[in-house]
Amino acid sequence: MEEIKASYPQLGNYCTPLELLFTEGFDVKYIVPPPITKKTLALGSRYSPDYVCAPFKYHLGNFIETIEAGANTLVQTGGVCRLQYYGELHEQILQDLGYRVHFVNMSKVQDTNPLTFYNGLKEINPQMSLQKIGRILPVVLKMFEYIDEAENFIRKNIGFESSKGAFEKVHAAFLGDLRTVRNKKELKSTYRDYMKLFKGIEINKPTDPLKVGIVGEYYTIMEPFSNHYLEKELARMGIVVDRWMNVTNTLIHYPKKQIQKQIKDYAEYPWVATSMATIDRALEFARKGYDGIIHVKSFGCTPEIDAMPILQNISKDYKIPILYFTFDTQTSETGVNTRLEAFYDMIIMRKETKK
Amino acid sequence: MIIGIPRALLYHKYKHLWKSFFNELGIDYIVSPDTNKEILRKGSAYSIDESCLSSKIYLGHVEWLLDKCDYILIPRFSDYSRNGTVCPKFLAIYDLVANTFRDRSINLLSYSINPKVTHVEMAAFLKLGKILDKKKSQSLYAYLKAKQAEKRAHLLEITEQERLLHESKLKILVIAHRYNIWDKYIGEPILNILREQGTVPIIGDIAPQKETLANYTQISETLPWVFNRELVGSIPIYKDLVDGIILMSAFPCGPDSLVNEILIRRVKDKPILNLMIDGQEGNTGMETRLESFIDIIRFKKDECHGRN
Ligand code: SF4
Repeated sequence: MEEIKASYPQLGNYCTPLELLFTEGFDVKYIVPPPITKKTLALGSRYSPDYVCAPFKYHLGNFIETIEAGANTLVQTGGVCRLQYYGELHEQILQDLGYRVHFVNMSKVQDTNPLTFYNGLKEINPQMSLQKIGRILPVVLKMFEYIDEAENFIRKNIGFESSKGAFEKVHAAFLGDLRTVRNKKELKSTYRDYMKLFKGIEINKPTDPLKVGIVGEYYTIMEPFSNHYLEKELARMGIVVDRWMNVTNTLIHYPKKQIQKQIKDYAEYPWVATSMATIDRALEFARKGYDGIIHVKSFGCTPEIDAMPILQNISKDYKIPILYFTFDTQTSETGVNTRLEAFYDMIIMRKETKK
Repeated sequence: MIIGIPRALLYHKYKHLWKSFFNELGIDYIVSPDTNKEILRKGSAYSIDESCLSSKIYLGHVEWLLDKCDYILIPRFSDYSRNGTVCPKFLAIYDLVANTFRDRSINLLSYSINPKVTHVEMAAFLKLGKILDKKKSQSLYAYLKAKQAEKRAHLLEITEQERLLHESKLKILVIAHRYNIWDKYIGEPILNILREQGTVPIIGDIAPQKETLANYTQISETLPWVFNRELVGSIPIYKDLVDGIILMSAFPCGPDSLVNEILIRRVKDKPILNLMIDGQEGNTGMETRLESFIDIIRFKKDECHGRN
């Protein structure tokens, strides 16, 4: 039998814990998906329906790239909103394009019963063992959390590093070393060592720097290419960037009840997807007196579009500027930068007049 | 007290239920008028630009009702349990309206259907009755009566469609959300053009729900949304009786963006036209597109007959 070489589309830096899950848990070879680039987007757009949301196109493009990199088994997850239906169309399009791959669509097992779910996973590798997964899963989850914690720290400080590129260098080394980790002990010590390094990087932070919170749709907020490296731009401007949305806070520890309670004044009923978290965080950033909020989403994302009237009200109630970005496949670099600069000028002026 | 009902979105599905429920209870209501240019313009002005056309129309109707009633009825649906989920729009619509019109002192009346917490429809209507100061027995009776009226109306639709299916003219299956195809401004013009062209539109959404929900998996296994399941499920029922299929969607509908592509790739034996409505194009453009589609169907049909 052909060796199983499996993959899942790139999202931020999460391919590292996924690699661990696939190799040690599912017992298959993992093909690291090529990073998301212009080529990914071009490929994905060419074969996707026009007005489907951008993450669909990125996923499709990246699937094709991973096939070209040697993958023969592709995994698509379920999810709320349109994501739930991505898989079936991805599979159909790839098939129509003539790619002969094994496509594992986890939407088929949209069942809360763990056993059904496990049987779905077994599609990836019929020989997988529950024991192996059970042993590695806690390490995988913790790795997601550590990556998120490190990146939170970076976002808040990278804009102030004394020597340019210092954070990125340590970050890359951290992610590289994580790839060799096989148990909790190694994971913990790697994390501890690197956090020391991160904290040791010399920074030059003013006592009251500009602070901006980022909220928005799951994919666009987490995959830097898809948001035109927004966080990097903000850092370049010397801004503390705060972003709550990540895998830890949504898939691992999602505080749904608490969020519902916190946003009661603006939303009576629970919503789906990331919109509730968007509202909740925007409210939190506003209450904490941040200088501004940036909302990002892909074109046509219904839950996030529907959150916008609420964001507008929060903006009015707390007098906090909010910049809204919609990214589609044709968004121009200059357009993004111009708006970002205008936003920067405004929040810095506001801050100065407040003083 | 007067209740305002926006003639948009799920009104087109539940109008019989709502109207007879309120009638039974002796409660006054007004329904906003048919969608027109002005309603769409206002709705768009109040909407986030990227919202789907159907949702813009909805806000236009809400706006029309604002100073004309005491409460506006905005039910909220989270999902239909085993029958499927709904577009996120329907979960958000209540809060969306409340926030959009916050400064215009709007009073909303709502009932929430969420099968997971046993808010089944009847319980929801009893609660609604309670808010309206009606006795439980009264509300129950009104609800049951309304349910009957709803059933009668659906049966009537089905019988009428059965009759149309036997007509000898060219028949075209229209796959569109109910609130789009029955909308006077964006849907009816399409049906009119089809009729003027001597064809008979068959409405996918009229197919009996039980059958559509049993059938949609023939085309798509993991389709999550109930309204799309119903539409997709009507295709195996009607396909052999019609000559072509039109997929009509409101720009930029989330669910339809994926479902239409699946249909185009999987339903191979009938000509399909993908019609995206953004509320901007004039009727002439639409007419030309529909005409040429009908020409193609006619041509194909003649070709087949010629061969036989
Ligand atoms: S299903 Fe489509 S048309 Fe209907 S509310 Fe959702 S996005 Fe709008």
